[in-house]
Amino acid sequence: MNPKKTFPKGGVHPEENKLSSDKPIITFPIPKQVIIPLGQCLGAPAEAIVKKGDEVKVGQLIGTAKGFISANVHSSVSGKVSKVDEVMDHTGYRKPAIFIDVEGDEWLEGIDTSDKLVGEITLSREEIIERVRSHGIVGMGGATFPTSVKLSIPKDKKAEFVIINAAECEPYLTCDNRLLLEKPHEFLVGVKILMKAVDAPKAIVGIETNKIEAAKLLDNIVKGDEYYHGIEIQPLQTKYPQGGEKQLIKACTGREIPSGKLPIETGCVVVNVASTFAIYEAVQKNKPLISRVVTVTGKSVKNPSNFLVRIGTPSTELIEAVGGLPENTTNIINGGPMMGKSVSVNDFPVIKGTSGILLMTDKEAQPRKVGNCLRCGKCINACPMGLEPFLLCRLSKNNFFEETEAERIMDCIECGSCEFTCPANIPLLDYIRYGKNKTGQIIRSRNQK
Amino acid sequence: MNDILLYSLIVLGVLGGILAVILYIVAQKFKVEENPLIDEVESNLSGANCGGCGFAGCRAFAEACVKSAADKNSLAGLNCTSSDMSKVAAVLGLTVTAEEPKIAVVRCSGTCENAPKKTHYEGADICAFAHTLFAGGSGCPNACLGLGDCVKKCAFDAIHVDPVLGIAVVDEDKCVGCGTCTKACPRGIIEIRPKGKNNRRIYVSCVNVEKGAITMKNCKVGCIGCQKCLKECPFEAIEMRGTLAYINPDKCKQCRKCVDVCPRGSILAVNFPPRKPKVEVKEEVNNESKE
Repeated sequence: MNPKKTFPKGGVHPEENKLSSDKPIITFPIPKQVIIPLGQCLGAPAEAIVKKGDEVKVGQLIGTAKGFISANVHSSVSGKVSKVDEVMDHTGYRKPAIFIDVEGDEWLEGIDTSDKLVGEITLSREEIIERVRSHGIVGMGGATFPTSVKLSIPKDKKAEFVIINAAECEPYLTCDNRLLLEKPHEFLVGVKILMKAVDAPKAIVGIETNKIEAAKLLDNIVKGDEYYHGIEIQPLQTKYPQGGEKQLIKACTGREIPSGKLPIETGCVVVNVASTFAIYEAVQKNKPLISRVVTVTGKSVKNPSNFLVRIGTPSTELIEAVGGLPENTTNIINGGPMMGKSVSVNDFPVIKGTSGILLMTDKEAQPRKVGNCLRCGKCINACPMGLEPFLLCRLSKNNFFEETEAERIMDCIECGSCEFTCPANIPLLDYIRYGKNKTGQIIRSRNQK
Repeated sequence: MNDILLYSLIVLGVLGGILAVILYIVAQKFKVEENPLIDEVESNLSGANCGGCGFAGCRAFAEACVKSAADKNSLAGLNCTSSDMSKVAAVLGLTVTAEEPKIAVVRCSGTCENAPKKTHYEGADICAFAHTLFAGGSGCPNACLGLGDCVKKCAFDAIHVDPVLGIAVVDEDKCVGCGTCTKACPRGIIEIRPKGKNNRRIYVSCVNVEKGAITMKNCKVGCIGCQKCLKECPFEAIEMRGTLAYINPDKCKQCRKCVDVCPRGSILAVNFPPRKPKVEVKEEVNNESKE
């Protein structure tokens, strides 16, 4: 294996707390009713093509993508559509969703449900991208960007590397780690498919050293089989945000994405582990994205676990399965503790981007007293993008959006390292997100003119 | 030693004198003739530069007033608060027909009591940010978030977030109805309405457009769109905007029938004297007729 690498600037190292890293993935029982939101990806929500009373099978298309940046939605269960209505998502706002009452487990014809490994890639480049698009695959790390858009490389660019984000730098989350340990062959075939899809000669799998077991396992497989030629396992230092797209490319290839540009500018395509596995299932087994691995964890949780869950399963059932909501739980976080969002309702459906559900008690999530800025500069040291978070915070607070643009607020990756390290507990990221949102609006309206 | 002091005094003194002369000549040559009335008009304005009149600050408004008075001999189309306008008119030797005074109205009654908080928000105290993040403590996506974007924008110190109620409250005496707060509110809760006769106003204190069943879960006083007020109103002043009733202030005759009929208490009647119970009124009438 290569010596371990890292990104050069900034970053923090929060307590890892990978409580469920040795818990095997359990296939979660199919719930009685699933709620499948139509907006599960970045961009426009899908349009429902089923109506109340329709019979659906597992894998059936129930929502079609609307627009270029949008993804298809498939039924994750078989049964009857009970209603097409709105459901409260984790923000508390109502979004359109399809409610399905489960009856049996009948799969659509043509889907291979066996566990057999299919290594040979028979589809062509275009067919692979079309399959990824039609099967509704999105970035499953949390950003939920449609993967087919990522794989459609502009004519004047060329992909040199496929980079697999197996860093899983978020504390607590272990779903990618478990997937690598339990389905390494399937994962590596997925990488081969990606290499074929973007016509890249080389793939780098970046893994943090706290998952050295998985890294060694993959390395042995790759070295022992000529079929996996071109795939390289790259250990990375355990540091947050190692899995950030820009940081990962910098660590793995030494290249830097220019400000405001996409990763393809450096010849890289970055895909998440869970997405790679989903691509394998879509291309080799014709299985749409209807299930994902979710880590349900927390320090006070009785039995932190990794579940293979059908999309649309209510979060309450998952919490029940790990021993119920612990006493004094004040925060339920959708995702990891750094990038995840604290939810305002505790009953929300699992969607394609739900990588984890983290439960925190009042002691862990105690609100800390917000002080004044000490000008200590810790946030500047922590920022992996080389920005000045304290300045951006202050400018955003006072609505100086021309200055925030000049100070490159749009380069912020919203990793939260600054807020994590701030000794005065200032909600830096909140203000920066607000400023970024407003600055983005200004830039977009200017470009339209 | 004394020489140095003397020389420097002479040099600097002479230099100062020459420069003063140059400055005087330049000032005379490039003098801008400005109507002294503008200054006088401006001194009669509040100086808050709220922009409610549509001009870039009070100075620009004063200039427009003086120009309009000179050209058209009227102040038509120029609006500030009625008290300020009468002062301006007096300075310019004109009379103005008093515009109906306006006031900002916070159309939400989702106080801590009426719409109990289910979640706790900690983070940046910006409504616009919290609005993008979540639906709000009570679960109502149209409720006042109470973080005070309107308070920060108000130049007259006329709107505050009540610490007990948890929602924005307008100070009737200070508000001039400039409309700055309506633009600041990310949820469009605040509306500029006529102040009304004797300062009395009737309005639907809710902007929630969700279905009735959902509204009832979140808030005790949210409008559920039952349309009872619509049927009751004799002046056709109420219109339905989806599942939300809206009272048109131009048509409303302030009869308060809608207030009585509203099952949710969403319609507020402000500054009305307390009503005598209906039964008593009838009895009095009967007694009079008997006598």
